[in-house]
Amino acid sequence: MNSLFSYPALFFFFFFLVHSIRSYFFMDLCSFFLSFSGGQPHKRRRTSEPIEIEDRLESLICRVGEKSTSSLESNLEGLAGVLEADLPNYKNKILRILCAVARLLPEKLTVYTTLVGLLNARNYNFGGEFVEAMIRQLKETLKNNLYNEAVYLVRFLSDLVNCHVIAAPSMVAMFENFISVTQEEDVPQVRSDWFVYVVLSCLPWVGKELYEKKDVEMDRLLSQIEGYLKRRVKTHVPMLQVWTAEKPHPQEEYLDCLWAQIQKLKKDRWQERHILRPYIAFDSVLCEALQHNLPPFTPPGHMPDAQYPMPRVIFRMFDYTDAPEGPVMPGSHSVERFVIEENLHCIIKTHWKERKTCAAQLLSYPGKNKIPLNYHIVEVIFGELFQLPSPPHIDVMYTTLLIELCKLQPGSLPQVLAQATEMLYMRLDTMNTTCIDRLINWFSHHLSNFQFRWSWDDWSDCLTVDLEKPKPKFVKEVLEKSMRLSYHQRIVDIVPPTFSALIPAEPLFIYKYEDESASSLPGYAVTVTVGNAIKNRASNEEILTILKEVPNPNQEDDDDEGESFNPLKIEVFLQTLLHLAAKSFSHSFSALGKFHEILKTLTDSDEGKLHILKVVYEVWRNHPQMIAVLVDKMIRTQVVDCAAVANWLFSQDMAHEFTRLFIWEILHSTIRKMNKHVQKIQKELEEAKDKLEKQQHKRVSLFMDKNSEDEEGQLEEQIERLQEKVESAQSEQKNLFLVIFQRFIMLLTEHLVRCETGSVDISTPWYKNCIERLQQIFLMHHVTIQQYMGTLENLLFTAELDHHILAVYQQFCALQL
Amino acid sequence: MSAKLNALNSDSYIDVSQYRDQHFKGNRYEQEKLLKQSNTLYVGNLSFYTTEEQVHELFSKSGDVKRIIIGLDKVKKTACGFCFVEYYTRADAEHAMRFINGTRLDDRIIRTDWDAGFKEGRQYGRGKSGGQVSTKILSLCKRLFIS
Repeated sequence: MNSLFSYPALFFFFFFLVHSIRSYFFMDLCSFFLSFSGGQPHKRRRTSEPIEIEDRLESLICRVGEKSTSSLESNLEGLAGVLEADLPNYKNKILRILCAVARLLPEKLTVYTTLVGLLNARNYNFGGEFVEAMIRQLKETLKNNLYNEAVYLVRFLSDLVNCHVIAAPSMVAMFENFISVTQEEDVPQVRSDWFVYVVLSCLPWVGKELYEKKDVEMDRLLSQIEGYLKRRVKTHVPMLQVWTAEKPHPQEEYLDCLWAQIQKLKKDRWQERHILRPYIAFDSVLCEALQHNLPPFTPPGHMPDAQYPMPRVIFRMFDYTDAPEGPVMPGSHSVERFVIEENLHCIIKTHWKERKTCAAQLLSYPGKNKIPLNYHIVEVIFGELFQLPSPPHIDVMYTTLLIELCKLQPGSLPQVLAQATEMLYMRLDTMNTTCIDRLINWFSHHLSNFQFRWSWDDWSDCLTVDLEKPKPKFVKEVLEKSMRLSYHQRIVDIVPPTFSALIPAEPLFIYKYEDESASSLPGYAVTVTVGNAIKNRASNEEILTILKEVPNPNQEDDDDEGESFNPLKIEVFLQTLLHLAAKSFSHSFSALGKFHEILKTLTDSDEGKLHILKVVYEVWRNHPQMIAVLVDKMIRTQVVDCAAVANWLFSQDMAHEFTRLFIWEILHSTIRKMNKHVQKIQKELEEAKDKLEKQQHKRVSLFMDKNSEDEEGQLEEQIERLQEKVESAQSEQKNLFLVIFQRFIMLLTEHLVRCETGSVDISTPWYKNCIERLQQIFLMHHVTIQQYMGTLENLLFTAELDHHILAVYQQFCALQL
Repeated sequence: MSAKLNALNSDSYIDVSQYRDQHFKGNRYEQEKLLKQSNTLYVGNLSFYTTEEQVHELFSKSGDVKRIIIGLDKVKKTACGFCFVEYYTRADAEHAMRFINGTRLDDRIIRTDWDAGFKEGRQYGRGKSGGQVSTKILSLCKRLFIS
């Protein structure tokens, strides 16, 4: 017992206790260092294998800058010492890790540039090797179309100027090479955009230093940039804006906004006070260091398969008037705003998979006491959620992240979120329809986590306008989605009685042949017989025989033995079947599966497919969720095809539902299924081709015998078949888009012509919805649509088209030019 | 080039838990392998009134749902608080583990876990009276690594 409390034992105890407290970075550092210095007469020597050491190095480097009992400066100092000592044995690992954090942890840029600065001061050669490694990495990222990461690398290099690692003139020279890209001809605008963006986005960090050393060159650079920005084409902007209104916050194009911010920074003589700069504390050490010159860097030339980042619009919803107390929100053209937003976006990018960590990291943003951090976080999150064409991450991530943030800051964040929701509601009239969709999904899902508590009365203004206007429409869709996550009575209970017009219908089956009063309807008798047959597990043949009794309203007599399209037959069978299976999704799926053969027979023609969709809608029109899952199943089991679904959604029968969200969810889901189908077959083709190649290699190196000859022959046949399958699938895909675009053009042209002849304003709620839904098709499926641009331009989006419609197409083309 | 850092690749929400199905036909290694490839999730702590429709609506937020099987009381054949959700792709199931696990459905915080794959019979509760094994016992078993 006494030995437990002896001195050495105590020492061990605390040593290992400290080891296990991971947040105490500095202590970790000491122990790590100690295990190498060999100074202590430990009884137990730690067996540290190379892999363990690499992991430890990674861990130390990745964690520096996080919450610690010691100051950041002492941690950096300590780490620099450890790494310097490890250079003889682990130089390449350390280089690799530092290059990786430069690329993957941009929110901690200045922490790592300081670290590199300290290392360079202690070991000039290492500094040089690091710079070379970074240049190599930059070339690689550009080659691999990783433009967003390349920005972080260049920014890192530019901040190394502040740490006396890189000489300012050589950085300016690199910037000059970047800006020379704006002189290139016949290249996509997005290419030169990127090089301009990189240079401008580094200036908050290094503008001051570069201007002090090379002001003439920098002025020339900026004026070249200004010239470029003036002549650049901005057709794409309307398509990317979340709101069409300029007030209260203009949705600025990202380069325009950044330029304004840099102009202001220049006017303020490059005084920038937000960025955390640990290197300032080490100035006396760093300024003794020798600097390296960046090697001349020629931007890689434009390649046809290059994928430059798409332009974007800066999302703003708050300004200094919105945060009632506490620190003031930096202005929209302040460079602080740019840096804060950049860093918050980077934190989300790093931690999005782990919502608790992500929320914690966002809330512990350095310098948070000087800014209304909750407002910035909410704005950045909504900015990503509403980003066009699509959010950087899956939508549901943002819902869950906001919930985590509310949990961590229950006294303040929920209020900001409520304020934001209120603001978004107020501005619905000019909000892009795609963004409204996302808002509906977010808000209903969020409410379902908080017992649907909301001050609905505050929104009673929406009851006084036409229900097709954006505000009541939004509330209606939110209530519908909320019902899907709960149940009808719940929705009735949570809203004031005045909102009854907006409450969704009870999601009940509507059976045409319900009772005796329907007995006069044609086919009624057969519904009874067929219903009984199904309940008594009759075979498909028996049921088909029964169905032969159904008269065909399209024909006088059954001259082709009832094989042609008979809408009544479809109606009688499907209404009865779905009625019997109405209990749940599983029941309905089971029914569709069991009677698949019959359904295939009934829907052999295009008219048959259209009619089956019509019947599904008729019976389930109060349960759009059920319609969606049934249509999905029918596509997957090939009872209907994608084009049939598109034609059905655009048909006159569905015109009264055209502005409802569920219609577009079905359409986009259909397009996605088509896309996935094509990708799947393409993948099979690639795999077969790979297999053949391998087989052929084997043949060359081994004896060729009959078996391998046969195998090759089979593979070649398979490849031919798959090739045909791919072509046929792509043809179907192209046709689907043609159908959809054709329908849009017809509907929109009709409306525009009608308004023109009647001298009526074209901007009805219907029109706004329709034209933005057309935009949405382009935006949500832009990758696939790019393949068919030629056909679209030749067949559909020609110069004869009304300019309102053509504008959408032109804006889309401008996204990649 | 892809210098990925292990320290930054944390994705703890999709980790396999300690639970192992005692009735699984196969050894621990096989079960583990299936869990790591699975597209199917077990969902627990549902209300007895939670419907397939509600489950479908929520879990569709992380991707297309292939199939939902509501867990039933073995005797009463009524819903007894759990279900299986199968996705078409693993990636979609992973998103559910990251963003739907631990949030509310029908006002209850639900819990998701990897499942080796639905087999007929697994939709029945294994508790003494036909429902689920009590959650208290379940979590105790988890702590002791038995199931």
